[in-house]
Amino acid sequence: MSAQQVLFDAPGPRARRIILLGNIVGVLIAVAVLAWILSALAGKGQLAASMWTPFLESRTWEFFILPGLVNTLKAAGISIVTAVLFGLIFGVGRLSHSAPIRAVAGSVVEVLRAVPVLLMMIFFWLALGSSGAVKPQDAPLIAVVVALTLYNGSVIAELVRSGVHGLPRGQREAGMAIGLTRNQSLRNIEVPQALIAMLPALVSQFVVILKDSALGFIITYPELLQFTRRLGVGEGNVIPSLLVAAAIFILINFALSTLATRLSVLLSFRTKGRKPVAPGPLVPEAAAT
Amino acid sequence: MENYLSLFETYDVPAAFWVNIQLSFWAAIFALVIGTVLALFRISPIPSLQWFGAAYVNIFRNTPLTIILAFGFLGLFSVMQISLASDLNASLFRIAILGLALYHAAFVCEAIRSGVNTVPLGQAEAARAIGLSFLPAARLIILPQAFRGAIAPLGNVLIALIKNSTVAAAGSVATESSGLMKTMIEFRSDLVVPIFLTFALGFVILVIPIGLLTTWASRRLAVAR
Repeated sequence: MSAQQVLFDAPGPRARRIILLGNIVGVLIAVAVLAWILSALAGKGQLAASMWTPFLESRTWEFFILPGLVNTLKAAGISIVTAVLFGLIFGVGRLSHSAPIRAVAGSVVEVLRAVPVLLMMIFFWLALGSSGAVKPQDAPLIAVVVALTLYNGSVIAELVRSGVHGLPRGQREAGMAIGLTRNQSLRNIEVPQALIAMLPALVSQFVVILKDSALGFIITYPELLQFTRRLGVGEGNVIPSLLVAAAIFILINFALSTLATRLSVLLSFRTKGRKPVAPGPLVPEAAAT
Repeated sequence: MENYLSLFETYDVPAAFWVNIQLSFWAAIFALVIGTVLALFRISPIPSLQWFGAAYVNIFRNTPLTIILAFGFLGLFSVMQISLASDLNASLFRIAILGLALYHAAFVCEAIRSGVNTVPLGQAEAARAIGLSFLPAARLIILPQAFRGAIAPLGNVLIALIKNSTVAAAGSVATESSGLMKTMIEFRSDLVVPIFLTFALGFVILVIPIGLLTTWASRRLAVAR
């Protein structure tokens, strides 16, 4: 919070006393809530050492957490690649110069964005499983990847479209002037710049993909949550296991979100585009997603 | 075709959607309240509250909703034996609402903060100039304009919330639509595609009008500047 705080004056002596008082009250309330949660957990024996020592043993990590994490990252990694491809194809489709292609790409993207990912996942899981087209043990992974690709690919298609719309018109006009066709100028001039401009939003979408890969839990895909639940049931420490799984997700996603913020600062001068005209923000912007 | 129509006699599809709508409705109200308080914390002059708001948003925004809802069932309900109602199903339903509300509150907070950023600097300065301190300025000047500027992002959060209410399946709310769809497909695997399309269409019908409505409202209610 280094930027200017414009919602309130520079505090005088009285305001400083009030802020100090508010600070103390705030900390006390936070400590009280934390103490209440911890005492509730302790009341059910959740803070006993035996609940947490499994996380110090190598077999917990070797047989539960790491295999789960590998499966989560595998599903998310494949989905990221396929979703970006899907997004590029449909994003360019939405910008196409032929009206039918635009209409088809547009309606596919709009409908896929309106259908819950979980419904698509359950559908592909059961449909693939019963059709016999794939091995039964592969069906969950394929369902997770296909559902995440369709949904997030549609979101990325919208990012591509808004990225290209954000470019100044001169970029396309310059392309036309040197004799490129509309499609060539789209492919060679506009989309590459839009990609750089949308990179921060794209990385934020990767966070969404990683989070939604946990939906695989519901369709029996053995990802991190599934493995930690098994661990928790086996060791009788469900709450600590779920908390560790959540902490791992938070760490990875927080790193990705930080990367997105860094990128948006780093790349802000790399593209030709309308710079936000500044009536400075009221709130110092942090990690806008 | 008769096959397809007989589905609706065996299974109560509208009831399942009604569960999702109820989940979304209550979760939306609680998320709006919690999110507004968090946004106030984040723009307040008190560092401990700012820190709390930021920590809440970063933690809940980066945790998969599936884990939060599974925690509600496996952790709160089974291990901690917390029940929010005397009836088992009602209790699971309320825990799912709690999980959905806590998760989406983080996004509501960010939406309102983005709304605050649409308010010009001069408004805050004018509020201070006529002697309003932080809370009156927020209540009378900043937030009313911020909410009007935040309609579009808040609408996006609401749409996400409606779709995410299907994840309540991870919290063992068995009556909602993704659970019913799974049961229907398992029993009638000859009609996989029609069943899926029915549920998909249901969500398209729920979600697209809200998108159009919030886009219209955000233009209509935007503060003219």
